[in-house]
Amino acid sequence: MSWTKEQMADKVISLFKPGSSINLGIGMPTAVAERIPPQSDFMIHSENGVLGVKGRPTKETVSPTLINAGKETISINKGASFFDSSMSFGMIRGGHIDYCVLGGMEVDCEQSLANWAIPGKKITGMGGAMDLVNGAKQVIIMMTHFSKDGESKLVKKCTLPLTGYKVVDLVVTEMGLFRPNGSTFEIIDLADGVTKEQLKLP
Amino acid sequence: MSSKVFKDAQSALHDFKSGSTLMSGGFGLCGIAENCIDALTKMDVKDLTVISNNIGNSGRGLVKILVQNKIKKAYCSYVGGNPDLEKQMMAKTIEVELVPQGTFAERIRAAGMGIRAFYTPTGFATPVAEGKDVKNFDRPCILETALHADFAIIKAQKGDTYGNLWFKETARNFSPLMAMAAKTTIVEVEELVELGEIAPEDIHLPGLFVQRIFQGKDYKNDIEFLLLEDQS
Repeated sequence: MSWTKEQMADKVISLFKPGSSINLGIGMPTAVAERIPPQSDFMIHSENGVLGVKGRPTKETVSPTLINAGKETISINKGASFFDSSMSFGMIRGGHIDYCVLGGMEVDCEQSLANWAIPGKKITGMGGAMDLVNGAKQVIIMMTHFSKDGESKLVKKCTLPLTGYKVVDLVVTEMGLFRPNGSTFEIIDLADGVTKEQLKLP
Repeated sequence: MSSKVFKDAQSALHDFKSGSTLMSGGFGLCGIAENCIDALTKMDVKDLTVISNNIGNSGRGLVKILVQNKIKKAYCSYVGGNPDLEKQMMAKTIEVELVPQGTFAERIRAAGMGIRAFYTPTGFATPVAEGKDVKNFDRPCILETALHADFAIIKAQKGDTYGNLWFKETARNFSPLMAMAAKTTIVEVEELVELGEIAPEDIHLPGLFVQRIFQGKDYKNDIEFLLLEDQS
């Protein structure tokens, strides 16, 4: 039985040390944001300029100037802070953020990631992803294991334009938890009943 | 000092010309200079180079001048959710340079701080690195240059007559950096106050970087994605 998105999110959360600072990307990683226990002491960073994000606001507390990098309304925890974009990315690039969780299109054995562009298709831009993968202490990619054609997205070498070269620490898919080590993917954990053969690893 | 205070967006933008490079603060629609953008829609200007994280969104913000074909070139980090820009990109009627968001912020900051260029690992071995100098430090880095502008249009919650600014919540984003990077920085505020009303310790951007300021009006403060506790 492969993991649900919620189980994948819980797996990611189990990797976080108490008190960690964490940046969560758009797409699949938003499931992580939804699953973080309210009593946790994580500091959630959003690159538009806030550290200490806490879920959603109420009708009474909602503010048009209080948003996350997905441009969604948020609320904040006690101890939160606001800052400009340069300081925000200084936190990232300077190696002060413990974890970032991003979606992915391809991850390869060399720890490289492609997640922002498909040649010939609509381009949305990389946003903060290239800075995040080069700056966060631990880069965790959360994505579906297989492409629409049933091919593994954990590949020998990325063919899509890169987001970052040699930057990925861990990959979580519905099949398990994997670590690219330069030549292959180490299997750290597998969903119940999933066999190695099903993974189509390179 | 009061010579910095203008009546409205139109008067503050009186010498804005075709061909200018314009920085526009805001993240998506959060913290955008609504009055200045509206004034630009009524001005006969074209061939603008615009430096702004999103170039507006879903028909709003800078999209208003984009659809008037006033923008020749844009620097931004994310254009998703902006179909008008996508259309112009596909039709090649606009040149777009996509810049990683942290590099984007730092290139703007660098301009204001007098730094000509810097090396960063962000973008190495990606399309962003094409044609750029690579140097190995602890790991390979690419050379990125400062981004300057003729004008910046900035919105702050509160500002005094010298241009000292205070931003609300996450509306700060790129605005203080752009204010430092532009030759002429025009600020619109929800509350224009007298000197001393913002405590010196609370000033997010010293007025030194601001050339013009005016009391804005009719703010919409649009929310792009309204998500509330009981809905999520």
